[in-house]
Amino acid sequence: MKAIADARHMTVRHLMALWRQPWWIAVSLVQPVIWLLLFGALFKAVTDIPGFGSDNYVQFLAPGVVVMTAFFGAGWTGMPVIEDLDRGVIDRFLVSPVRRSSLITGRLAQGGLTTAIQSLIIVLLALAVGATFANGIVGVAVLIAVSVLIGSAFGCLSIGLALLARREETLIATVQFLLLPLSFVSATFMQKDLMPDWMATVADYNPLNWAVEAGREAVTASPDWAAIAGKTGLLIAFLVVCGFFAMRAFRTYQRSV
Amino acid sequence: MYAIEAASLAKTYPGDVRALDGLSFSVEQGTVFGLLGPNGAGKSTTVKILTTLAHPDAGSASVAGHDVLAEPAGVREAIGVVSQQGGHDREATGRENMRLQGQVYDMSGADLERRIDSLLEQFHLTEAADRLAREYSGGMQRRLDIATALVHKPRVLFLDEPTTGLDPEVRAEMWEEIARLRGEGLTVLLTTHYLEEADRLAAQLAIVDKGKVVAEGSPDELKRELRGDAIHVELANGAADGDVATALDGVPGVTEVMVEDRALHARADDGARTVPGVLAALEAAGIEAAAVTVARPSLDDVYLRHAGRTFSEAEAQTDTADQEESR
Repeated sequence: MKAIADARHMTVRHLMALWRQPWWIAVSLVQPVIWLLLFGALFKAVTDIPGFGSDNYVQFLAPGVVVMTAFFGAGWTGMPVIEDLDRGVIDRFLVSPVRRSSLITGRLAQGGLTTAIQSLIIVLLALAVGATFANGIVGVAVLIAVSVLIGSAFGCLSIGLALLARREETLIATVQFLLLPLSFVSATFMQKDLMPDWMATVADYNPLNWAVEAGREAVTASPDWAAIAGKTGLLIAFLVVCGFFAMRAFRTYQRSV
Repeated sequence: MYAIEAASLAKTYPGDVRALDGLSFSVEQGTVFGLLGPNGAGKSTTVKILTTLAHPDAGSASVAGHDVLAEPAGVREAIGVVSQQGGHDREATGRENMRLQGQVYDMSGADLERRIDSLLEQFHLTEAADRLAREYSGGMQRRLDIATALVHKPRVLFLDEPTTGLDPEVRAEMWEEIARLRGEGLTVLLTTHYLEEADRLAAQLAIVDKGKVVAEGSPDELKRELRGDAIHVELANGAADGDVATALDGVPGVTEVMVEDRALHARADDGARTVPGVLAALEAAGIEAAAVTVARPSLDDVYLRHAGRTFSEAEAQTDTADQEESR
């Protein structure tokens, strides 16, 4: 109970901070909008490749952009954690009865809400430029859910890294190093069947790809729910592992002070 | 009963940095206790261990009757902490910072809001309560940190260098705020590298050097250990060490004569009575005095005696060490 109450209080703290800088959501939408509009136009012709299986690239791309936006945003979850460390905010909580988990879940809750808002905006934008979400609200809800899952998992990783590295430069370098490769070794931009074999194999183990495939399947007219459930299960397992890592990072941090 | 007991605390950081080397002291309930020492003496590490943030390599400690290693939860319930960095969220208002602190300690509703209002009042933050902490001045931020640490009515309050980095004027204001915390049964552990601060605020203090307590007692007791007053004479033209010593040889009650450029330092049991004799002897020897001061022993003198170096020298040494470390 205490963990839930603490998480609620921490969430309020982070939501207040977000509320005071709502333009941040708009800024973080610039990139996905560019992907959606620019990549959508640039790679329009890839649908002509035999075996691509879709004749509307924006349609194909939109769910991928939703998931990727959640993933990119989550990578930076650790940045305010480093600021909290520098200003002694984390230390103040660590010497209080607050549940450590709430220092993570509070940020994840704020990140999840941000993801949901961003996802809806991207979906509306995609609709405007010709995409369709055949499965309606249910499909979009599942798409947002898997986006929140992948965002939460990488949010945990980012928080853990922040606690271990304690330097913004290190976190930025690590996140930059991971974001693009993981994005390209996934079905975000390209049908997996058309990838080189080795890449398709790597993509099978890429959590981002699990989310992209589950999200894309969910918005089709007749989704394969078993496949979606399988991918979602994998994402939940990945989130648990990442959460464990973040909790351990608090212990490692405390041992070093 | 002791509110804080630390016994033989030791801690070494990676890179063989020995922060604590068998540090022990106890603090009586309801008093202000000062840990005085230069930067790098181990004061902050002590606070981190006592507040359950860090673990000692050896030794034991208890706070408010709870062992810091065996019952950290009990310690956390009983303490308020103001770390050197402060600990407030700059992107939240003063009131929000205090509210979150109370909520973490399971306070809520009207009780919590009343407590916050009265602390805001006490620390002169009522008007600024709903502004973001990032807009506060340095002194206001420090007052917010202390007010926040008091929201849940802790029994033991830790203040780690509460006035470092503040302007002298603001520092004097902070001293008044801290002095007002005395009474009400609150035990305060204050760390500082300002001799004056320890002298003004702490009823009892421990002088820390290189991870150990080198002297302990009330500021007056510690100063009384030093025999007599310090006499400082500024010499108009300077003089050789030997000449001065010879000249003062016959003056009763004068000891530890030392000449440093144009300054003559000596100690005397009763400074005021001895000065005329000193001046007469100097005049007889043809040494002209430009100014003379008599001072009660300061904590600086105490530190010099126990740590074997002056306080400013120790600070300079740690600064150099820090610079080398960061290189």
